[in-house]
Amino acid sequence: MSEFDLQFTLLLVTSGLMIGMMYALIALGFVLVYKATDAINFAQGEFVMLAGLMAAVSIDTSLPFIVAVLIAIAGMIAFCFGLERVVLRQLLGRPIIAVVMATIGLAALIRGASTLSFGPGVRALPLPVSDDPLFLGPIMLPPVQMVGAGVSLVFLLGFTWFFLKTRMGVAMQAVASNQTVAMGMGINVQRYFALAWALTGIVSALGGVIWGAMLGVDNQLPLVGLKVFPVVILGGLDSVIGAVVGGLIIGVVEALAAGYFDPLVGGGTKDFVPYLLMIIVLMVRPYGLFGKRKIQRI
Amino acid sequence: MGDHHVSMPADILPHLTVDAVEKRFGGVVAVDNISLAIRRGEIRSIIGPNGAGKTSLLNTISGFYRPEKGSIRFEGHDITHARPSEIAERGIARTFQNIALFAGMTVLDNLMLGRHVHMRAGVLASFVYWGMAQREELAHRIRVEEILDFLELQDIRKQFTSALPYGMRKRVELGRALALEPKLMLLDEPMGGMNQGEKEDMARFVQDVNQKFGTTIVLIEHDMAVVMDISDSVTVLDRGRKIAEGTPDEVQRNPAVIEAYLGAGHQAGAAA
Repeated sequence: MSEFDLQFTLLLVTSGLMIGMMYALIALGFVLVYKATDAINFAQGEFVMLAGLMAAVSIDTSLPFIVAVLIAIAGMIAFCFGLERVVLRQLLGRPIIAVVMATIGLAALIRGASTLSFGPGVRALPLPVSDDPLFLGPIMLPPVQMVGAGVSLVFLLGFTWFFLKTRMGVAMQAVASNQTVAMGMGINVQRYFALAWALTGIVSALGGVIWGAMLGVDNQLPLVGLKVFPVVILGGLDSVIGAVVGGLIIGVVEALAAGYFDPLVGGGTKDFVPYLLMIIVLMVRPYGLFGKRKIQRI
Repeated sequence: MGDHHVSMPADILPHLTVDAVEKRFGGVVAVDNISLAIRRGEIRSIIGPNGAGKTSLLNTISGFYRPEKGSIRFEGHDITHARPSEIAERGIARTFQNIALFAGMTVLDNLMLGRHVHMRAGVLASFVYWGMAQREELAHRIRVEEILDFLELQDIRKQFTSALPYGMRKRVELGRALALEPKLMLLDEPMGGMNQGEKEDMARFVQDVNQKFGTTIVLIEHDMAVVMDISDSVTVLDRGRKIAEGTPDEVQRNPAVIEAYLGAGHQAGAAA
């Protein structure tokens, strides 16, 4: 392997890890809701778009960037709280397909309503950083990726600390582990459902800003959310660490496919390779790398 | 334990009163017009053949089931329609028939979760007043360590519960319930599936809890030898109804009880 080839691979892997970290952030939102409430949120990508839209529109009205981010965070927390209270709480105890269908409907609703309200055009969501590429040793990276990966990393670390070390985090683990027993311990389970959704709101807001900054905000942005599925299937639907590792793997696989396969076949492999991996994982290890193996009693 | 009187002095209210409670599942009446008066500080056993409605009764008391009829009062408060978490906050802790520990956590974490009802610092407060939250944590930790000592669990406190032998896990579950510092404990088959040595240990711990902390105890148990040994009074259920109640001696001699056990194909003492 020539030095150039090595550098090229290194670039792909590094870039893949950065993007993967950003996938992991969104996947965390999905995993949190699944762990705490057993709901599968098919609208995760739309949440990201909605948050991106909130931030982009705020910036268009010439608010400072940081204010726009805070508006997106507050707006998404309020949105998720409301959603949990108004829609999802009514579906508690119903078959899981009811929640799935509700979130799919919600996804279509968010896409439609945002196009209707704000038009179909792409909105820029510029980060307040320079566009000049940064050099990391021999590798050159766009700053937007660095910031995205950095924000994701900080949030993931913060969340891990919260989940493992604070009493609310531990109570949240208890709710995820066994709702009945958690109730018996005096834990108000409803409150932790709301907390899980609120955290998903924060994740979506941060995801909306960093992904919106990378890709621009339009009704294509929710496609990022679809990447959550290979990530969480690979990592395990109910595993926080799985979301991170799955995100990193999918990011790298995608980057390698884009770098090595796309030029050979004229492009497109980057978009389906993650799903190919997902199908293989489902066949050989359906509970994912870190997921709980569910023992079904018959 | 025969020195207690089952009949209740008129001037002392029962600790827990279950009054004509009914719980149905479709056409099945799981709990059929059952009334109980549990005295403060007693050990009450609830026995009966499988499907007698013992666990359903416990689930109704602890708020997991909502009764169709009747009322439940605890320390003078109506808790008939209270949420499970509210009932736990009022001082009723319980254990479950199938061990229900939080698997991915250590023994210590499981017991600390039992302290949840006593933790006051909210999430915002714990960020702002970090020191206060830390002090509160420490106080709870001390309490938990006392319980670990009491139940002889010190050696395994850092172990994950999934790695522990069966009898130990049951004991950890008792410890977690105890960490709530409950006034009343509902124990659903605390000795179920245990070998003789484990049963004796558990029976001793249940009695110790009762005597040392004055905790009122309501337990479901199948092992008649244990029931007769540790109970102040015994309630017998069959097909959702209460068929007998009294001291262990009275209940053992009751023809309806013998009939229920033999009729259901069980032998007292051998039922599992």
